[in-house]
Amino acid sequence: MRGTAALSVTVLVLVLASLPQAQGTAPATPLTLITREGRRPVPTIILNGQEFIALDDVASMFQVTVREDALAGGVTVSYKGRTVVASADQPMASVNGRVVTLPASVARVGRRLFVPIDFLPRALAPVYDAPIELRRGPRMLVVGNVRVVRVVPRIEAVGPPTRATIEITPAALVSVAADAGRVLLRVDADALEVGPTPPGTGLIDQIRTGDQSTTVAIALSPRAGMPRVSTTTTTDNTRVLIEVPLAPQLQDTNAAPAPPAPGPPLSSATPTADALLPPAGPRLQTMVIDPGHGGDDVGVRGPKGTIEKQITLDVARRLKTLVETRLGVRVVMTRDDDRAVTPDERDAVANNSKADLFLSIHVNGAVSPSIAGAEVYYLRLDREGEDARRNAAATELVLPAVGGGTRPIDMIRWDLAQSFHVDASATFASILEEELRKLIPMGPRPLQQEPMRVLAGANMPASLVEIAYLTNPDQEQLAQSGDYQANVAQALYDAVLRFRSYLETPPRR
Amino acid sequence: MTRTRYIQIGAATLAVAFTAWGASRVLERMVSPVPQQASTATASSAVASVPHIIATLYYASSDGQSLAAVKREVPLADGALAQGRQIIQSQLEAAPAPYVSVVPAGTTLRAFYVTDRGDAFVDLSPEVSTAHPGGSTTELLTVYALVNAVTTNLSSVQRVQILISGKEADTLAGHVDLRRPFERDTSLVKTP
Repeated sequence: MRGTAALSVTVLVLVLASLPQAQGTAPATPLTLITREGRRPVPTIILNGQEFIALDDVASMFQVTVREDALAGGVTVSYKGRTVVASADQPMASVNGRVVTLPASVARVGRRLFVPIDFLPRALAPVYDAPIELRRGPRMLVVGNVRVVRVVPRIEAVGPPTRATIEITPAALVSVAADAGRVLLRVDADALEVGPTPPGTGLIDQIRTGDQSTTVAIALSPRAGMPRVSTTTTTDNTRVLIEVPLAPQLQDTNAAPAPPAPGPPLSSATPTADALLPPAGPRLQTMVIDPGHGGDDVGVRGPKGTIEKQITLDVARRLKTLVETRLGVRVVMTRDDDRAVTPDERDAVANNSKADLFLSIHVNGAVSPSIAGAEVYYLRLDREGEDARRNAAATELVLPAVGGGTRPIDMIRWDLAQSFHVDASATFASILEEELRKLIPMGPRPLQQEPMRVLAGANMPASLVEIAYLTNPDQEQLAQSGDYQANVAQALYDAVLRFRSYLETPPRR
Repeated sequence: MTRTRYIQIGAATLAVAFTAWGASRVLERMVSPVPQQASTATASSAVASVPHIIATLYYASSDGQSLAAVKREVPLADGALAQGRQIIQSQLEAAPAPYVSVVPAGTTLRAFYVTDRGDAFVDLSPEVSTAHPGGSTTELLTVYALVNAVTTNLSSVQRVQILISGKEADTLAGHVDLRRPFERDTSLVKTP
């Protein structure tokens, strides 16, 4: 038996030593690893026409243990007590005692061992906890329950109007932001597999994957007017139709006789055209201010008996006056007296008044009197929320529209309304934190993302501020003072003002 | 091929034997009473002679800013479900100095059960809400102390839903959404 083992060792050493020693070349397009956490390139090499991945990279990516195994006659890859043995001399591997074929056997380059990339879906996947899928076309290695959708953009007509379609397979929920400069599609998926992208033509300058991995950005020509975007969803796919007209004043110019010479060159006409366009992006017209607690629910009680529900109402009234008088923005309060309001009622006030912004005002409490300062919160979605949000795509309704055709209605669950606004809410929250910091002391965790109940159902950018700690005796006294309340209201107003600018000047190309 | 099969069987037997030995050592350590001198280092919540396990419970740090993970003795119970009840009951008791309990005094455990999918339901008496002092900070600490106490000590539990008086609840005191189960989250935990 000892002789046999020694023979095995010798054979393996000889086999491993005789493995291809070629240098290998990098593939033209790197392989991309896609997980729920994001995407990153995976280093691979091409050897004899086959693509290989280094076993030490496999070990770190998948948390597996790799060792050369003389007894088993190859390389053993272990994961949670389960093992895969890749043969050193045959293009195959043993997975839980079953043999799977591979395009090549283990290869050695320098001091590193490599396996064909098919090793991952064929040999490692059966023993791994999460699915591993290799998509050759888009060169993706998809690990885990990740939703990857295929996106195929096409320009159908040069126009004007220029028409483009974006086909998304399988069907997915798409949120659209459009202005005179661009159209941004955010697809509800973990990653996009974007097909060949046509070059820009007509009033579309460029179609490309956006800054985030699940967005597609369509950059429009300076001569483009406000684009029209419609979405239709079937059981198989979602199709987004984008129609880009010429800017209205340019249409007039085209229709009318040419202006007498010397006419301005086209380039200098562009700023004028921009100035005449309707304001870009959504505007802040209605804001909902939500004074926390009320009625039987007094909120936090300070050591001297100050109650949270009164401070929140005082500060909310001050902010309402500032926003209405200085910004001319309509303000709706979820309560303007001392009464109990449930979280759903607060969200209902905001959603029914089609508010563009929601701000909930609270005063904090802690088990220790030493903590002081203000804190800002925005919503954190849990996995359940993300999954439910995905299912919303399946509940999309297509209703007949006036004048023929259909109109798709995205049905999003009431308690998940905030899902589509989390990014804007994060921006609003960080602006709030910056403005509060200028005027009042901030707490130990000034900006937090947590599952706050009242924010979950708000169908607009939303944030919650805790303006002080009532459990801190000094802050209790401060919170009651007119000066402090005025400072807080001013900081909140400054943040609303900045956020309005953010809404009205979305990032351009 | 036959030789390879023998080698595989031999390796598998060795692996099983090693795993079993490891598991028995771990169980031995969990179940055996902690020697008397060791109990001075951990806050004791059990009579010394009663068999117990060492569980990780969560309390507010003395400055109230974060959660502290504290090892405590919890009476040994028969089975994961009964052990879970013991752990939660210990979590509901007063905190050892210098820590502060973030669960309102008087809160009791009405029921505890775990589904096959690993969702645990912790059903508490109404005091957890009616006696809660409020504030987002305290409420977050209360929720994550309970969630982490269950998920850290019971490996079969993936998520925890807090019920009040046998029903789903909106919040404890107006801030943190209790309508869906929570996963373990130690971002508020500061290592002492």
